[in-house]
Amino acid sequence: MIPTGEAVRRRSPMSSLKDAGHLFRFAGLFVVAFLVFLLIRGYVVPKTFGQYGHYRGAAIGEIAARQVKFAGHETCEGCHSDIADTKTKGKHAHVNCEACHGALAMHAADPTSMTPVKPDTAVLCARCHTASAAKPKAFPQVDPPDHSGGAPCQTCHNPHNPAFDAGPAAAPAAGGTK
Amino acid sequence: MTMTRRHLLILLPAAAVAWKYVEAGTPEDAPNYQMTEHWWSMLIDIPKCIGCGNCVRACATENDVPEGYFRTWVERYHVSDWHMTTPEVISPDGGKEGFPVAKEDEGKYFFVPKMCNQCADSPCTQVCPVGATFVSPDGVVLVDQKYCLGCGYCVQACPYGCRYLHPTKHVADKCTLCYHRITKGLTTACCEACPTGARKLADLKNPNDPIHEFLKAHAVQVLKPQMATGAKVFYNGLDGSVR
Repeated sequence: MIPTGEAVRRRSPMSSLKDAGHLFRFAGLFVVAFLVFLLIRGYVVPKTFGQYGHYRGAAIGEIAARQVKFAGHETCEGCHSDIADTKTKGKHAHVNCEACHGALAMHAADPTSMTPVKPDTAVLCARCHTASAAKPKAFPQVDPPDHSGGAPCQTCHNPHNPAFDAGPAAAPAAGGTK
Repeated sequence: MTMTRRHLLILLPAAAVAWKYVEAGTPEDAPNYQMTEHWWSMLIDIPKCIGCGNCVRACATENDVPEGYFRTWVERYHVSDWHMTTPEVISPDGGKEGFPVAKEDEGKYFFVPKMCNQCADSPCTQVCPVGATFVSPDGVVLVDQKYCLGCGYCVQACPYGCRYLHPTKHVADKCTLCYHRITKGLTTACCEACPTGARKLADLKNPNDPIHEFLKAHAVQVLKPQMATGAKVFYNGLDGSVR
């Protein structure tokens, strides 16, 4: 029988919930499930996720902590100031040390741990200075066999100050010395 | 209020969750480096590039880039007078060992070093389903390799082809703008190794950075500006035939 308006009005709020126990149990289940969800989420979502955005904030620090292999020319110049002085006078002033000598952070950290190998000028210089129509016209270019007949470049040029009248390199220094 | 069994059951997991966050604490910031003070970009001066491949080799050394994959590479364009919009582009082994000698020919040649454009509105970060790639607060697009699934969506989304799946780690890999170097005050490996200064790392948030004067005084472009990626690798002297 559908209760009349009067019958509904007579019921107190509590009595209308008398038969709703199963709903409360269901709601309780939802609350527990939500808390379990939060608990699992707390464990599986990395601690720093969302610190800066929708990603793991700690990843930034991990990437920043990777090993440096090129020491940087300021580091080189700290010890090899004589070479730095020679370089500043010539056309190679802005060619950084490791552009030719390769990555040497290991050498910078402990000079005795590794001795850099001197580059072969016949290969090294040709990489940049071999004539090609593709290169900018103002860039100094030569045809190596025609220019030197196969002789190593440092016979006539000092790689640290390559102008012809600056003279050739001094006797190659032993690696690792100043 | 008395603690009933019901209250305890509700409170215990809640307290456990709260404790997880207390435990997490605040991550330690890198000393002397404030991410919010930088907004990194790069300037590439095309008329200065001689195609020596120093940058490609330096990048591979610094970042252990696997053989046959590139975080940066150099392309050589040959644009003939007759085919301005269909240039001939070569990049043998990414330009790692330089380029074959070009004989004097009609038309023009130039080199275009390419790399991740560190987009501010990056398409690659938007498609990542797990939040493994992102734009850092200092403007560098990075990959969290511990979180990456290797689905390759980002590789496909990058309009510049700057990403690859690492052949042994099976996760996305890309140029980090030498993040481990620039946060220590060094320049990137490619800039360090460039003999002609064709590449320059630039910090747009640093008012004393020469980039500001350069951008004012030169006609500078970014690649594919129509894609509105907010690319931050600026090219000086870029030819219209470059895609």
